[in-house]
Amino acid sequence: MGARGEAPRSREPLVRMVGITKRFPGVIANDKVDFELMPGEVHALLGENGAGKTTLMNILYGLYRPDEGQIFIGGREVEIRSPRDAMRLGIGMVHQHFKLVSTLTVAENIALSLEGTGLILPARRVRARILEVAQHYGLEVDPDARIWQLSVGERQRVEILKLLIRNAKVLILDEPTTVLAPREREELFKVLRKLAYEGRGIVFITHKLEEVFRVADRVTVLRKGRVVASGLPVRSTTPSELAKLMIGRELKPRLVKKPARLGEPVLEVEDLSVLDDRGLLAVKGVSFNVRRGEILGIAGVAGNGQRELVEAIIGLRKPRSGRIRIDGHDVTGKAPADVLKLGVAYIPEDRARYGIAPDLSVAENLILKLYKVPPFKKGFFLDEEYILSWSRKVVSDFGIVTPNVRAPAGSLSGGNIQRLILARELSTRPKLIVASHPTFGLDVAATEQIRLLLIEQRERGAGVLLVSEDLSEIMELSDRIAVMHEGQIVGLLSPSEADVEKIGLMMSGKLKEVDG
Amino acid sequence: MAIGLKLRLPIELKIEKRLQVSSRLRIGISLASLGLALALSSLIFALGGLSPLAVYGTTFSWIFGTSAGLSFLIVKGIPLLLCAVGLVVAFRAQVWNIGAEGQLLLGAVASAGLALFVMPSAPAPILIPLMFISGFLAGAGWALIPAILKAKLKVNEVITTLMMNYIASKLVEYLIYGPWRGKTTWGFPYTDLIPPNAVLPTVPGTSIHWPTLILALASTIIVFMLMERTSLGYEVKVFGDNPDLARAAGIRPSKIIILTMLISGGLAGLAGVGELAGRHRMLRNPLHISAGYGFTAIIVAWLARLNPLACVLTSLFMGSLLVAGCVMKSSMGVSEASVNIFNGLILACIAAGEVMLRYKVRLSFSWRGRRRGVGNGPGRAHAPRGH
Repeated sequence: MGARGEAPRSREPLVRMVGITKRFPGVIANDKVDFELMPGEVHALLGENGAGKTTLMNILYGLYRPDEGQIFIGGREVEIRSPRDAMRLGIGMVHQHFKLVSTLTVAENIALSLEGTGLILPARRVRARILEVAQHYGLEVDPDARIWQLSVGERQRVEILKLLIRNAKVLILDEPTTVLAPREREELFKVLRKLAYEGRGIVFITHKLEEVFRVADRVTVLRKGRVVASGLPVRSTTPSELAKLMIGRELKPRLVKKPARLGEPVLEVEDLSVLDDRGLLAVKGVSFNVRRGEILGIAGVAGNGQRELVEAIIGLRKPRSGRIRIDGHDVTGKAPADVLKLGVAYIPEDRARYGIAPDLSVAENLILKLYKVPPFKKGFFLDEEYILSWSRKVVSDFGIVTPNVRAPAGSLSGGNIQRLILARELSTRPKLIVASHPTFGLDVAATEQIRLLLIEQRERGAGVLLVSEDLSEIMELSDRIAVMHEGQIVGLLSPSEADVEKIGLMMSGKLKEVDG
Repeated sequence: MAIGLKLRLPIELKIEKRLQVSSRLRIGISLASLGLALALSSLIFALGGLSPLAVYGTTFSWIFGTSAGLSFLIVKGIPLLLCAVGLVVAFRAQVWNIGAEGQLLLGAVASAGLALFVMPSAPAPILIPLMFISGFLAGAGWALIPAILKAKLKVNEVITTLMMNYIASKLVEYLIYGPWRGKTTWGFPYTDLIPPNAVLPTVPGTSIHWPTLILALASTIIVFMLMERTSLGYEVKVFGDNPDLARAAGIRPSKIIILTMLISGGLAGLAGVGELAGRHRMLRNPLHISAGYGFTAIIVAWLARLNPLACVLTSLFMGSLLVAGCVMKSSMGVSEASVNIFNGLILACIAAGEVMLRYKVRLSFSWRGRRRGVGNGPGRAHAPRGH
């Protein structure tokens, strides 16, 4: 790599946004934001969820119109009224959620995004060009493969190819690494450096500090819709300075845990086997237990049976064989209602699917575990006044950012949805907490808060089963670490004997060591 | 790199999502879509050689200016309200009950059977409440079949409830052509008239069978309270918004599906009792008994945005459309087809208005775009260099 800063630079910025203000009902998403992108640089746009990064770039891409402010492209003031305008100006964007037609081929998707490819067999005409561009940038992808056959990383390559074939000068990538495996992430960074070397400008939206230092030349930090640092050269800053800028305070150095005060086993899993959606054995004879007052971390590459294991414990999936006991009660094959009644909280992996009811209000979402009992329910009726005042208190206790408790839960940002889910799940003082990837995709502040909450629950005497792909999270929180590989627990370690390398080897199935 | 030459219209249409909708805007758009529908229908009437103004004037003044008109409107509104309020409960749970029509017919069948054969001589204060109860149970029972199929076997309720309508209709026909055909009807396919003690009382001078009206209004309030103030209503809303979450939270899907279907079927059954004992006083051709109320009620519930209280207004509105159709046909000589077009235009315009409520449509003219926007010039001027 090492090409950083060596790229030829002209004086004239590719993009200059001046005094951009965008208001949404109840919030100012961008407040007099200035932003500048030079040719030949990777410019990180750093900020927490909801800081206004995506809004700013959606304005540049013509999806939103700013309420105030000017945009200059190559020194000339422009009005960008649609993505089509943006593309004509050489601006392209890869969204967090890809815009591809999954039943069409790669070539067809790319042809679809181009103007003037003609009516008849447009895909055939762009095919050669795809191969040429793909090879040049190392973005190898089969032009005849259908999108649904591709991995997420490959789909992202198609999105980038779409922009390159259109010869976009400015490439905006919205949190591109969220969906990528570590190896794919490194490949993406290489491509980005190469694009910058050619004199293109790249806007890299992220909330991950380490990525800024891995790939960017300069960084602009947004906090609550305002610029708190503009075009800072990455070389002259430090992660802690950026973290402070981004969240407005110092990060707590490291979570401090008291030694575990172990109690009775609250979850006992015995020789459990579970099938996945395709009917294949995903969990193969797994046994372990979680005691009160401890966090058992399950490490593993996603797709090694963790999801099926968790769903079987919660009762969302019937196990094929084996036993699950919660607090001494056999719950094997029971419905979620029966499992949850025993004092189980579930923080789901798929927040959109199991997390919230998006059209119902924040208050209605918060009471999901309590609405049947007094004082929430009085006689036959729900006590609306009590529910509202209780919800207001919870919202402020957990720092959920919402205009009010009657706002639809679906309108909250990702971090606040997760805070809402935790507030709801912990509202019953559960004995067992099953948390799947609880901080996935969250910003620094929300991640820190949620980890602290889990430790608080452990110290209160709850047992926590933590499933995560994030090794540092597992190592930081867990009292014991179980490593899953291909549906089996291949290692059970204490954090003192665990190091990243050892766990990594176990996760890839190269090392087995079961003792507990 | 092909940048095709594109034909650009002088006007550009841009559609943006509205983030907030004020009530003034809502009323304005509703009135505008109604106005547009009336204007378009005028053309149809004019083509038929009628003066649109005369059609609207006569119809409007008869419906809202005469007691007969008003009472007719309310009579039409009663079954619509009962069915719609029931559908609100099911639709909130995302249980798509398309079978209110059949459930209504079953209510009529049960109450007719009770009044004609089981206890024809019971006094009115006993017979009439029992007829309503039997009607509710019959409607609910009819809805229970698709509800169980959905809850236990995941059979799509849209298909089953729809098909159950035809079965109900044929059942009524079987009864009136077969075992229940009246002895005093000279062979016509009706039942005998129900005994006088089974006939619902009406508001003097009108045909408004007030017991059903009161039941309908009470049901509206009960459903509102149920949905907004009870834990069952809460479960229905959670299930309707996110069934996976509801399941993970321990709300049993089969309970919600069956309960909401029972309520909506039962309320439709009540409507059937009202039609039978308040208007027709005998079981007759299913097309006469129901006249599509169970289907029209779907529109009533949607226009009310699944708010039970708003169903009172929307059922009167749809009722007035039904009455207007009758008036146009009978006193203005408007053809059946034109009436259907009129009704269709009104609903289509209201549906289009809904879109306008959610989206803002902006027209911009390209002279503005050429001067300040990107037009063709700047984009090309800064077309990126190749690599």
